[in-house]
Amino acid sequence: MKLVVAVIRPESLNAVLEALFRTNVAGLTISRVQGHGGEIERVETYRGTTVKMELTEKVRLDIGVSNHFVEPTVNAIMAAARTGDVGDGKIFVLPVERVYRIRTGEEDRAAVTPVGVPSD
Amino acid sequence: MAINGSDTAWLLVSTALVLMMTPALGFFYGGMVRAKNALNTLMMSFSALGFVGLAWALFGYSVAFGHASPLCGGGEYVFLRGVGLEAQGTIPHVLFFAYQGTFAIITAALISGAIVERMRFGPYVAFITLWSLIVYAPVAHWVWGNGGWLSKLGALDFAGGTVVHINAAAAALVCAVVVGSRKDYARQAMLPQNVPFTLLGAGLLWMGWFGFNAGSALAANQTAALAFTNTMLAPTATLVVWTMLDLVRNSKATAVGAATGIVVGLVAVTPAAGFISPRAAIVLGFVAAFPSYFALLYRARTRLDDSLDVVAAHGVGGVVGALMTGILARKSWNAAGADGAMAGHWSQLGVQAIAIAATLLYSGALTFVILKAIALVTSLRATVREEGLGLDFSQHGEEAYSRGEGAILLLDGRTD
Repeated sequence: MKLVVAVIRPESLNAVLEALFRTNVAGLTISRVQGHGGEIERVETYRGTTVKMELTEKVRLDIGVSNHFVEPTVNAIMAAARTGDVGDGKIFVLPVERVYRIRTGEEDRAAVTPVGVPSD
Repeated sequence: MAINGSDTAWLLVSTALVLMMTPALGFFYGGMVRAKNALNTLMMSFSALGFVGLAWALFGYSVAFGHASPLCGGGEYVFLRGVGLEAQGTIPHVLFFAYQGTFAIITAALISGAIVERMRFGPYVAFITLWSLIVYAPVAHWVWGNGGWLSKLGALDFAGGTVVHINAAAAALVCAVVVGSRKDYARQAMLPQNVPFTLLGAGLLWMGWFGFNAGSALAANQTAALAFTNTMLAPTATLVVWTMLDLVRNSKATAVGAATGIVVGLVAVTPAAGFISPRAAIVLGFVAAFPSYFALLYRARTRLDDSLDVVAAHGVGGVVGALMTGILARKSWNAAGADGAMAGHWSQLGVQAIAIAATLLYSGALTFVILKAIALVTSLRATVREEGLGLDFSQHGEEAYSRGEGAILLLDGRTD
């Protein structure tokens, strides 16, 4: 099992979700985060005050998947979140030691397989 | 005619009320867009206060109210020459000019609802400024100006159902088609960022509309009282019907629906306000809810991205109001008006239809020409990237809801 962590532009979120659901990735968690990457900072002006926004609004997705799902998940995010400009985000794939489904106590691969889909 | 103190006092108040409608419209529209476009949408209304207001003072007023021909005014009031303290009717000429100016401003701002969230700010401002001079001012002359051909024909438009609402809606339709849909239209759900803003805007619009309709009597008299009462009554009926339709369809009375219902009722009563009885105003408000309600549902299923439904609310509502004026008008309520179809004067309905058709055609055609002319110089819409980031940042360099985390102060605006 792997944990796919993706940090993307907020405006790409809907497209990414659409792509993930089409790839049958049903379980995920999102959070609104702020971060700093290589992008050019936004400059904003309020009356006489000019500020450089060092942190950019991003959305982080956490997706636990079984091994053979890593590639389709990554590809879906990559295709949907790419605009070609600096600031499209990152995808991290992390090893996962253990996964439990709280409702049933199922472990590992069974726990990351959506209900109603055979786990093998 | 001599200047009358009470008439002047009422028109002073009315002018302020109608001017307030433009910021109110900004909030009505601004609540319905996504948060990343909130300031841009508000600015589309606020900028009209400056650019259209100034264009009106320099040229527009003369085109609309100068005395030249049936089709458009003359140049005698250009740069406010000859607009002084003398009586215009029973109020000072300067006040008549200011009052009419507030109408030009809100009419231009109304169009913005069709192109929010993707039109660039500069071309938008250029468009509404030119539009107010080339389209609004001549149409105002046709209906209200000295010797205008529609007023000679006997078209009834008390406070601007044709001049303001149908006119703006025709322009909105063409704008939505020429500028094109938002990139996310019909692909993603785009939810209103602040429904309380929309209700606040609708409430302030209603209040301002008393100046719009009752002020159009241009006097503090019985006709003003009639228009005032009808402006209260028609939206009450529209709001009730709208809520009922919501309940029947979804078993939920929606807040955005209530705000829309109020505006549709106000639009519909605008041409009729000073010509029909209070009971007729209730009938008008009741009837007007249906076409707009279903036009709005239908529009959402088409490819026409008239984002905030200017056509369904102001176009359909305006047409229904203008036609109903030709049906419900009674000379017994306003001797300066005319009898409508209910009083056996069927030809009034035909006259109303001519006024509607002429406005739709003229406004639609000229809007297309102005947009295409601006498009020759610069692009009308934001790039896909700017649209994704939101127009608040890309057009104005500000955000509506900034928490300031990670913001570093730059001195002298240096960016390095």
